[in-house]
Amino acid sequence: MPDAATLYGLLGIVLAGLGAHAAIVQRDSIRRLLAINVMGVGVFLVLIATAYFGPNQDPDPIPHALVLTGIVVAVAATALALALLRAFERSDDE
Amino acid sequence: MNESMSLTIILPLLGALLAAAWPRRGVFIGITAVLLSGLAVGWLWFSLLADGPSHQALGGWDPGLGIRLQVDALSILMLSMTALVALAVSVYASHYFTRRSQAERFWPLWLLMIAALNGLFLAGDLFNLYVTLELLSLSAVALTALGGKRAGIAAALRYLMIGLLGSMGYLAGVALLYSAFGTLDMQQVAAQTGDDPVSQAALIVMTAGLLLKSALFPLHFWLPPAHSNAPAPVSAGLSALVVKAGFYLVLRLWTEVFPDTLSTQGVTLVAVLGGGAILWGSWQALQAERLKLLAAYSTVAQLGYLFVALALFMSAPPGVARELLFGALVLMALTHAFAKSSLFLAIGVIQHRAGHDRIAELDGTAQRLPATTFAIALAGVALIGLPPSGAFLGKWRLLYSAISLDQWLLVVVIGIGSLLAAAYVFRVLGHAFGRSALSVQAIHSVHEEWPALLLALTATLLLGFGSAWIWPFLEHMA
Repeated sequence: MPDAATLYGLLGIVLAGLGAHAAIVQRDSIRRLLAINVMGVGVFLVLIATAYFGPNQDPDPIPHALVLTGIVVAVAATALALALLRAFERSDDE
Repeated sequence: MNESMSLTIILPLLGALLAAAWPRRGVFIGITAVLLSGLAVGWLWFSLLADGPSHQALGGWDPGLGIRLQVDALSILMLSMTALVALAVSVYASHYFTRRSQAERFWPLWLLMIAALNGLFLAGDLFNLYVTLELLSLSAVALTALGGKRAGIAAALRYLMIGLLGSMGYLAGVALLYSAFGTLDMQQVAAQTGDDPVSQAALIVMTAGLLLKSALFPLHFWLPPAHSNAPAPVSAGLSALVVKAGFYLVLRLWTEVFPDTLSTQGVTLVAVLGGGAILWGSWQALQAERLKLLAAYSTVAQLGYLFVALALFMSAPPGVARELLFGALVLMALTHAFAKSSLFLAIGVIQHRAGHDRIAELDGTAQRLPATTFAIALAGVALIGLPPSGAFLGKWRLLYSAISLDQWLLVVVIGIGSLLAAAYVFRVLGHAFGRSALSVQAIHSVHEEWPALLLALTATLLLGFGSAWIWPFLEHMA
């Protein structure tokens, strides 16, 4: 039985792989955007897992800071993608 | 160490904020910020020449926890390329936009793009590189959609998705490296990478993500629509500068972080893809019916040359020939930046004056716009790789290395690529010099035509005749 950190790390790799796969094969923009977000979550999970050293030890703060930055970037990118999608849909009407 | 390093990032960033706060003063703020950050690059030149390569720990935090900026010959050349191209394009852009709403949105994004580029060329740790890479993507995507047309928005959306996928790949590599080595500082990581599985996995996902972002054939499919549908100053920035960021990162990672991890198969694969890019990009450029699409496909081909040169550099045995090839590689990247931005600006002038950029209907352009046609011809000389352009010196060295490494297939590919490039450049010139049925008045417009002309002159004459110092400079300031 692997320890919790390894389990989380492996889960993160699986999620990242699933997300990457879906981002490549999906044609619909919303689905593709969601897939990229899933991929991001997977990568963040791997990073978070590296911060864990054991039940009674302090976690490494750097990966937490990295993941926070990553989440901010991902939110901004997702917002931009949604704004572009809306602009695209609107340009359809005209 | 002085503060010029952080100033090259802070000044355009500050300009972006100011331009967003006072959109009506956008042109003034934009030009001033570009000029000032260019001066900061000049200041950085002085300190680099005086003190040699150096680094700066931002806020006094040590590497490992803090963010380290570093400068060496390669980064200062990239910074100078960015500063000069950005200045010329900014002058052109100051009169380009007819709708005020577009102009007001252009400057903050444009300055943010320059800040991201400068940050990327100076970053000394892998995570900071990720952040600058994302900032670059976001600003470049928003700039692509600036035209507001349906095709432009669709291209921007695809560009964004591809960019995100690429940076996620890069970030996955960063996560792997941190989990294995516990640091993000490039030098500290480089000291620990080897041919272990983690290093290899990180190298593969990072390189794949960056190749997607730098549009190496066959991952280039997103580039032509994005670059050809953006407004002319944006196209110039994207094609000349933004694609270089991905290439620069691959170069840094391969040569400095993963020198012992890289396998011969990986290098061969990139050389093959680069060869494919040269042939496919040049062929598509020859088929293009619109000037902007031609220029965009030409970028696909030129990136192919850069990656072929990188692959040859990685497989060359240590020695003088290898050092010479490195200088050639850098010179080709610089020349392409100036030539391609010149070409896109010149196309912008034609599109503005003629109302279209259809190659078959360019008759009379040489009579109507002599300076712009001259700029296209000069840029074309650099794109084909004819003397006296910087690209000629670069390609000469590239061919020499390919021959001495017995890579005859590459020699053939480079030859065919150059012939195709000559064909697509002369196809444009042939139409441009076609006589117009009407006798037309020649138009001369300083702010509109000179940026393209100066950029083309830099690519063809300055980087051809005045570039011999680049080789010793790269060697001493590495």
